[in-house]
Amino acid sequence: MTKPLFIIMCSLFTTIVALGSDHPAVRLAPTESVGPRPLEKQTETAVTRDYLQAWRSLSDALDQNRADLLDPDFIGTAKAKLANTIREQANLGIHTRYRDRAHDLHLVFYSPEGLSIQLVDTVEYDMEVLDRDKVLATQHVRARYVAVLTPTEVRWKVRIFQAEPQ
Amino acid sequence: MKSRCTFLLGGLILATMPLALAQTGGLRLPRTVEAGSAFSIQSSGSGPAFLYIVGPGQVLRRKVQLGEPTFFAPGDLHNAGRYLAVLVGGSSTENGAFDVTAAHQPMVLSFLAKPSRIPVDVHDGISGVVYVFDAFQNLVLVPTQVSFELTSVTGAEQMRTALTRNGVAWTTMNSAVQEGVAKFKARVGDATSTRVIQQVPGNPCHLRMSARASGQRLAVETEPVRDCSGNALPDGTIVTFTETYSEGESTVDVPLKRGVARADMPAYSGAKVSVATGVFSGNEIRLGTKR
Repeated sequence: MTKPLFIIMCSLFTTIVALGSDHPAVRLAPTESVGPRPLEKQTETAVTRDYLQAWRSLSDALDQNRADLLDPDFIGTAKAKLANTIREQANLGIHTRYRDRAHDLHLVFYSPEGLSIQLVDTVEYDMEVLDRDKVLATQHVRARYVAVLTPTEVRWKVRIFQAEPQ
Repeated sequence: MKSRCTFLLGGLILATMPLALAQTGGLRLPRTVEAGSAFSIQSSGSGPAFLYIVGPGQVLRRKVQLGEPTFFAPGDLHNAGRYLAVLVGGSSTENGAFDVTAAHQPMVLSFLAKPSRIPVDVHDGISGVVYVFDAFQNLVLVPTQVSFELTSVTGAEQMRTALTRNGVAWTTMNSAVQEGVAKFKARVGDATSTRVIQQVPGNPCHLRMSARASGQRLAVETEPVRDCSGNALPDGTIVTFTETYSEGESTVDVPLKRGVARADMPAYSGAKVSVATGVFSGNEIRLGTKR
């Protein structure tokens, strides 16, 4: 009786640890209908990779209150707003941890001249608010983010990054 | 191993318990708030506490009195997104989430028109993309009608309308038949944005030259070089005269000046003279003069 219970508990634990791994589960919806500009496979791969990297940068920057960590992946309004949030957090002596667990990505618009690409991401993440090392709040969030990325010299950067009610 | 698993699992369950309790607490939050508008958050209990509003877009903190509403003035919370409200009083905390949506009134258009320079008479050659923002640089995600208007130098207008989807609308326009500056305007309510498109002559469509021999010299001159719509090609466009004769070939490149190209070449008996600009070839002349 105790042996099956032990196996179940260990399996559950393994699942919880797997869910808590650093790599989020990523699903990308088919991109055949993205337009008006035809989307090449290379572009699709680059945009997805750079967007997911932007989440890692965001997470590190807001956790360490370091706006410079945003530089490689954010630009324009998105960067300015996140940098401002980091300043506010530092002034209040708090920091936040965003751990993205799952992304359901839909590339929805690729502008005719190729200078912007928009995606909608139904993302699940864990959010922790900390006062120095003390956790003030933890919440699992499921939200719909709209992001616009623009090409720079070597990568796509997030220019608009905004959650909306589901 | 068994005791380690049990310990870790128990720890995980214990760790999630305060969260579950906190979410049933006395924080009364609005479900959504329009960016920049006033709102309030009601708490229960008594005594002082701190209320944090935390999101990727903004962070606020207020010293509050539990049991009393906390008011946020217009403009306090202006960045759209999902926020966590955390009430910290003594040793207890409560939290809950709410959304801030973009203001309904579009105020700023981010308008990208391409290209800035285009040949005349190109079907769907001009594209316009508009991202619609509110006064706080939030993308307005509710469908919004955008009017596009392209006015050329002759006053001819093309108009299109498009509904935004996820805050963006786009269109394409034809370049005009006549060269000149065109104004490309996007409008949403009172918000407008204008870009200038330079419409330039297209590829040459009419290239004819004449030749006049004078002694050992040959003067060649084109008629005004025009595109298929009758627009004169701009001065500076290179025209190439090529003279082929029994001993070889002479080539002269000259820029258009006031719409025509002129050159002096040696006159060879029986030579063939041709003219071209870019990939477009004009007429040929066979010389009959004696050297």
